[in-house]
Amino acid sequence: MRDEHVGTDVAAPEGQNLPDRFANPGVPAHRFRTTDTDTRAAKRAERQVAVIFALSALGSLLFIISYFAFPLEGTFSSIQRSTWTLGLGLGLAILAIGVGVVHWARTLMPDHEQIEQRHDIRGTEEDRTEAAAILQDGFEESGIGRRSLIRNSLIGAGALLPIPAVLSLGDLGPRPGDALTHTLWRNGVRLTRDPDELPIRAQDVTMGSVFHVIPEGLNESEHPLEEKAKAAVLLIRLEPGDVEDLPEREGWDVDGIYAYSKICTHVGCPVALYEQRTHHLLCPCHQSTFDVAQHCRVVFGPAKRPLPQLPISVDEEGYLVATSDFPEPPGPSFWERG
Amino acid sequence: MATVVIMLIALVVVGGAYSALAPSRAEASTTASPEDVTAGRDLFLANCSNCHGLQGQGTEDAPTLIGVGAASVDFQVGTGRMPLQANSVQAPDRTEDFSQEEVSQMAAYVASLAPGPAIPAEEYTEIVEDPERVSKGNELFRTNCAMCHNVVGAGGALTRGKYAPQLRETDPKYVYEAMLTGPSNMPVFNDANISPEEKQDIASYLRHLKDNESPGGVELGSIGPVTEGAFAWIAGITILIGSAVWLTTRSS
Repeated sequence: MRDEHVGTDVAAPEGQNLPDRFANPGVPAHRFRTTDTDTRAAKRAERQVAVIFALSALGSLLFIISYFAFPLEGTFSSIQRSTWTLGLGLGLAILAIGVGVVHWARTLMPDHEQIEQRHDIRGTEEDRTEAAAILQDGFEESGIGRRSLIRNSLIGAGALLPIPAVLSLGDLGPRPGDALTHTLWRNGVRLTRDPDELPIRAQDVTMGSVFHVIPEGLNESEHPLEEKAKAAVLLIRLEPGDVEDLPEREGWDVDGIYAYSKICTHVGCPVALYEQRTHHLLCPCHQSTFDVAQHCRVVFGPAKRPLPQLPISVDEEGYLVATSDFPEPPGPSFWERG
Repeated sequence: MATVVIMLIALVVVGGAYSALAPSRAEASTTASPEDVTAGRDLFLANCSNCHGLQGQGTEDAPTLIGVGAASVDFQVGTGRMPLQANSVQAPDRTEDFSQEEVSQMAAYVASLAPGPAIPAEEYTEIVEDPERVSKGNELFRTNCAMCHNVVGAGGALTRGKYAPQLRETDPKYVYEAMLTGPSNMPVFNDANISPEEKQDIASYLRHLKDNESPGGVELGSIGPVTEGAFAWIAGITILIGSAVWLTTRSS
């Protein structure tokens, strides 16, 4: 308790004067535990701790036995049995030691109150003078003040040292370049079924059906998963009357068959929950909802841009093909997109 | 003359090649008898015509049944979705009102109105055990179904109270018919998109999930972070608070 503080700002009932200072109430009277006063209780607590430690030993034994008794046979159930028993054994072994030690400390170890007074953070004058003298000695004995050649070369070396670290930041690249703005789609690439790459005829896309589409040749490309993450497309046929007219997208569909990017413009989850009756496409991650009948306008959720449409046509064999890449980069925003 | 002959040959070749190469349709070989159609019509008039119209032409309250096919009737009535329990965003499956025979009769009647998807043949609604085909079913399920129905068929929520039902207990025939007809808001997966064999693979994958315990231990409904997070918070934090209280209180 600091002496200079007096309780003048403490609210008191009307008519009652506060004392100039409160007396230090001190530590409350020590309360003895039953294990302090009763030797039988102490004996019992001792046995309890021993039993808990024995449980830990049991856990270790369980681990050792199950390690040999339940080999991994390659089946899920054998892996499950093994991990369950190993985990239970090791968990019990570690937990029981902790519980036993805490129980031991709470019931049997001395619990008398101790007070350690705080001291000032600032050292004594003697210590401070001594520390300053040691620093001064070091300064003089190293000669850093006199030997300017050493001092300057050290400064020079130190100044150059951060440059390698800054240079190595360049290895965080390479920068994506235009990889994010282009996909495997180009004029004449067939729309094929995911995952078998079977081409799709326009007549097969019946009313109300949905095809999950990848570009032909995706599985043979250098990085199939990366390409799929950009080029995945959903193919949907709508009633011609249901679709809102958009003159600049004239001819991008084939008789009411529309192809839209499956990659959400929010953070890139596959938007694939299609409600046939409402024409709503729902993203499973953050519930962004796109209305296919309104050219995938966002009608709900955190996405900001509509899903890009892939312009499609039919080749001479009757299969659906793209007529170009997506007119805008598919998927979520990125730094260079602007 | 030669041109005509060449054209005829070309037509035969193209037609023959098409019928040989075109995706096969899995349709039941048994055809409904006229008695079934008559019996089905009576059942239809008594149970369905109130909403779907006396000729199944549809009304303000319900869509037309002309051309929906026998598969649609078998699915909707067979799973108890129809007759509709109440006016709601989505018909729930409930206990069935009709025997399979009565369902088949109604299906035969609706199929007689106009051609549509037929009830799949039994050879495609059986479960296959071949691991390669079950694995193929898993791949197709992940690509086409898992986003709504959850990757292990636990079902999931859609917009405005609609939902994709769980599929763990669903009869393979109804899995097949649902893909074929696209009930409610589910899209259609026709035979050109997912072939009859592939539909069979998907149903077999679902049965495989049902018959095999989850490799990941306790499933907690298989609905991902919601139940797992709730469990971690409630159980984990309770244990942490309990430990903290136990560590800091004095022994009696």
